[in-house]
Amino acid sequence: MADSYYDPKDLRKFPKITDWNQELGDKFFEYYGKVFEKGALSEREKSLIALAVSHVVKCPYCIDAYTQDGLQRGITKEEMMEAVHAGAAIESGATLVHATQMMKKYDKLSH
Amino acid sequence: MATKSLLARKKLMAKAEEQLKFLSNGIFKDELPTFRQQLEKIEDFPLKPKALEILQLNLGYMCNQVCEHCHVDAGPDRKEIMTRETMQQCLEVIKTTRAHTLDLTGGAPEMNPNFRWFVEEAAKLGVKDFIVRSNLTIIRANKKYYDLPEFFKKHNVHVVSSMPHWTKGKTDKQRGSGVFDKSIKALQDLNAIGYGLPGSPLKLDLVYNPSGAFLPSNQEALEQDFKKALKEDFGIDFNSLFTITNLPISRYLDYLIASDNYEDYMYKLVEAYNPAAVKNVMCRNTLSVSWDGWLYDCDFNQMLEMKVESPVQHIKDYNEEQLQERSICVSQHCYGCTAGAGSSCQGSVV
Repeated sequence: MADSYYDPKDLRKFPKITDWNQELGDKFFEYYGKVFEKGALSEREKSLIALAVSHVVKCPYCIDAYTQDGLQRGITKEEMMEAVHAGAAIESGATLVHATQMMKKYDKLSH
Repeated sequence: MATKSLLARKKLMAKAEEQLKFLSNGIFKDELPTFRQQLEKIEDFPLKPKALEILQLNLGYMCNQVCEHCHVDAGPDRKEIMTRETMQQCLEVIKTTRAHTLDLTGGAPEMNPNFRWFVEEAAKLGVKDFIVRSNLTIIRANKKYYDLPEFFKKHNVHVVSSMPHWTKGKTDKQRGSGVFDKSIKALQDLNAIGYGLPGSPLKLDLVYNPSGAFLPSNQEALEQDFKKALKEDFGIDFNSLFTITNLPISRYLDYLIASDNYEDYMYKLVEAYNPAAVKNVMCRNTLSVSWDGWLYDCDFNQMLEMKVESPVQHIKDYNEEQLQERSICVSQHCYGCTAGAGSSCQGSVV
């Protein structure tokens, strides 16, 4: 066993998840492939969304994969960082919006 | 960024023999299949040529730039230059070849002192598609080159130029400080006399190769992004964008090793191996001639000093029928031409 939970080389083994459940694995990869095809959004736009979400869900494999995907598509580092900030803003906003509950509760319990 | 070639810096990867040794050991000993094994699997070994279409002449390794990814290891310190005598031999071949495309490359081919003479002579022979691979900055490097756009136009030359990105930062990082601004000016000069404009017979294509350890994306999508950005920001038009995968040889191989990206990059190439691309790899319809007249299956094999496997190995002995019977030399660098949609000097092949 490796000494750490995350090994970059494990990303190469991602397709092997089908070994233990072919049907669900195949369905997932089919869905995944379809999602990232050009549709109402371009593949480039989807790549930036995926990069932002990768940071929000804190997946090192996904960050590696979508940084590389972005480079391949000619996405600049400025665009990548803005996408990450968009994800971070939503994530911190989701925390801060709960402050309204704190404030409500505080006011209710206080004179 | 380095200002000298690997050869001048006496680096190990300047030697073709060392590169080939490196590419055949390590992960290709026990982890990944060799390129030959992949060809055997689809019963395409030995790889054979199709009808010859492109004759590519390397006029020399001298260049005004020292790009990080350069598979030629070109630079100002390289002295290998095609002589007029070898050019004469090439002209004799051009008269009789069935190839419809003549493709001049380097280094910066314009730096060969006999470049203009050769273009004038070759143009008289009625080549259907006459390509000069120009790095663009050469046009702005010195006053003596300022009239190159007019010279190209006069001889109906098809200009193919490198442009790694539509932003200054990424371009200059790969090709050197100031390259982007000079390239933009050169493209505007070419546009000004009709190159690359819609409906114009003067063709101007751009070549994109990734500025790092990653593969190029979809050629069509990148072409759209390049066209939009260059038009909006600089008013530039061009015809087509060719995406080229960086092959793990010479300076690019040296970069992959030094940046600890070699294994991951080779895995990426092998995982992206596309048997359909084998059908159209450029070594099957191209012959590459080195500055000193030796014949190779492609420019990459030339840099790895893998001469054609044929009794005919030099331009002075040229015999197209005999050359057509040869088997194409392959090694692990060939994975670069068969990844994804494939890669060639004319872009994707699938």
